[in-house]
Amino acid sequence: MSMFRKLAISAATAAAVALPSGAALAAGGAGYVEDYSFSFEGPFGRFDQNQLQRGLQVYTEVCMSCHGLQYVPLRTLSDEGGPGLTEEEVRAYIEMNFIEVYDPEIDDWRSATPNDHFPGSSLENAPDLSLMTKARAGFSGPYGLGLNPLFRGIGGPEYVASLLTHYTGEDMEQFGTIFYQNETFSSEWIAMAPPLWEDGVVYNDGTPATVEQQAQDVAAFLTWTAEPKLMARKQMGFTAVIMLGILSVLLYLTNKRIWAPVKARVKGETPAE
Amino acid sequence: MSGIPHDHYEPKSAWEKGLAKRLPIVGLLYDTIMIPTPKNLNWMWIWGIVLTFTLVLQIVTGIILVMHYTAHVDMAFASVEHIMRNVNGGWAIRYVHQNGASLFFVAVYLHIFRGLYYGSYKAPREITWIIGMLIYVLMMGTAFMGYVLPWGQMSFWGATVITGLFGAIPFVGDAIQTWLLGGPAVDNATLNRFLSLHYLLPFVILGMVILHIWAFHTTGNNNPTGVEVRRSSKKEAEADTLPFWPYFVIKDLFALAVILAVFFAIVGFMPNYLGHPDNYIEANPLVTPAHIVPEWYFLPFYAILRAFDGDVWVVILTSFLTGGIVDAKFFGVLAMFGSIVVMALAPWLDTSSVRSGRYRPMFKWWFWLFIVNFFVLMWAGAMPAEGIYPYIALIGSAYWFAYFLIILPLLGVIEKPLPQPATIEEDFKEHYGKSDSGEGGATAPTASPAE
Repeated sequence: MSMFRKLAISAATAAAVALPSGAALAAGGAGYVEDYSFSFEGPFGRFDQNQLQRGLQVYTEVCMSCHGLQYVPLRTLSDEGGPGLTEEEVRAYIEMNFIEVYDPEIDDWRSATPNDHFPGSSLENAPDLSLMTKARAGFSGPYGLGLNPLFRGIGGPEYVASLLTHYTGEDMEQFGTIFYQNETFSSEWIAMAPPLWEDGVVYNDGTPATVEQQAQDVAAFLTWTAEPKLMARKQMGFTAVIMLGILSVLLYLTNKRIWAPVKARVKGETPAE
Repeated sequence: MSGIPHDHYEPKSAWEKGLAKRLPIVGLLYDTIMIPTPKNLNWMWIWGIVLTFTLVLQIVTGIILVMHYTAHVDMAFASVEHIMRNVNGGWAIRYVHQNGASLFFVAVYLHIFRGLYYGSYKAPREITWIIGMLIYVLMMGTAFMGYVLPWGQMSFWGATVITGLFGAIPFVGDAIQTWLLGGPAVDNATLNRFLSLHYLLPFVILGMVILHIWAFHTTGNNNPTGVEVRRSSKKEAEADTLPFWPYFVIKDLFALAVILAVFFAIVGFMPNYLGHPDNYIEANPLVTPAHIVPEWYFLPFYAILRAFDGDVWVVILTSFLTGGIVDAKFFGVLAMFGSIVVMALAPWLDTSSVRSGRYRPMFKWWFWLFIVNFFVLMWAGAMPAEGIYPYIALIGSAYWFAYFLIILPLLGVIEKPLPQPATIEEDFKEHYGKSDSGEGGATAPTASPAE
């Protein structure tokens, strides 16, 4: 099947053209990122609904006091492929957590409805977390070739989970602000105090709330907020590859059939008509 | 068209004759789709179809995206997130469009390299080549402006750096930069005009693509031997060619299906691999990213731009000779644009009378070094401009220019070409005539440039 080989070479060349991508350069820096494994990795990866709910809980009880999710509509908490709350649960969630939004029409704050978004960050220097797992790269290189992100993923969720678990315990004060040493953070010193504690949250499903568990849960939840259509996307990719694969085989056979008489004529040494 | 003798469309029924008399569109389409095509074309001749398909793909997905996008600095980023979350299938359309740009450039580079290896730019196909180069430049402009639209950090800072290049032009640079941006810095006016042009240029490209196809349909296709199709009689022409439909349409569609399978695997499983994480952070004029890097397809030229700093003797000499008017920054800009200009001039710089690299023993080596150098430049462009990387970029840039300005002109004089087949028919027989070699490949299996 030299035709397939040739095409494979072409495809490999095409991939090689695209290798040293911009993604090769991590947004953060050379901080340490642990390669945690998540359920949503790989072509058939799926979100673990229980983990998304635990992550929502960590976000709500720990992160939300400073960090916002301004691009995430509250109603999507009940979307398929997400944390899977019912519509009543979404309403209850809003009520229980006193989520309010500013309404320009009444020029005042009012309690949120499911159609509103999560609030933005309430602390000036706390970044919004909606897209955080897509805005950070955990893996890059080697040598700027972009091979690590190709095989291990770009590593945004791993970055978030690592950041939360790799405080050294050291801190320092600079111009009245306390910075905490962190092995993952690009500049090593981060303004955010270690946010997670052993049993800092109590999971409803009985999962032991270690710091690592909470970090991975909230990283998974933030992967969903950044890429809510992840499962639909992988499904589409799979379907498209299968369909195009079948189409390729059919076109290959058609092509072979069409060309067969042309080649046979040459082989038979009969001069072309 | 193409001067190759072949059958033409004959209107038969009364209404066909009537239509042909008033608007000969059926005959035009017939001649286009049935064009006699060299039967020995190999798999590197598929990229034209891939490119045409990708252009249509980008236009269609782009038109849909514009329906939901808001070109305003306060709303652009959020409107892209709206597309990703709330628009039905919006995430798919946006990821296809985003990765479609990469597919476009993978295909265009392979298409260009094909042309460079097989001498497709040589007489009588210079106009096809020049139009192709213009399309390539328009593509780069379109892709650059499209990358600004999501209004992420890399959008904003990429736009700032690239439009800043125009500021390097002596005397009028600042005025030109302000005119391009619509103000003193990248802002709302810039975003609006970039959307306008990003929507316009693809249609200009479409028009140029029609001219490109028209031009090579007039000269006929090149082929892996570079030997012309015999035109003296219809019998001889038919021994060298086959009609485009169905022989090459089906072959190209097969290749397209395989390429699209790879493309959709990327869209489905790693749509952000070729992007930059910083572009998921909304543009902030007050925070500069640590590394500003363009998209992968610009990296070789970005490397050339940065290669010529104030320590390079050519730059120092030029600066001295021009009394400081051409400084290092402007020199870099000239080098970057110049690198594309010398490529466009290849038809006149290549002095060899032999078209195909297959029969040019010395050229082959320089050509493959050129390809390797392209990737080295791409890699150097992605690395920070410090340490050894600027030297690598400088050597790579020097080779780029030497290839077109020294090697191609000289080789034609000193190289002794290998014997070429007399006809395409002979070449085709060479590959398929032997009973054991007919397996697999539809056309000329050993003619891949990978040989």
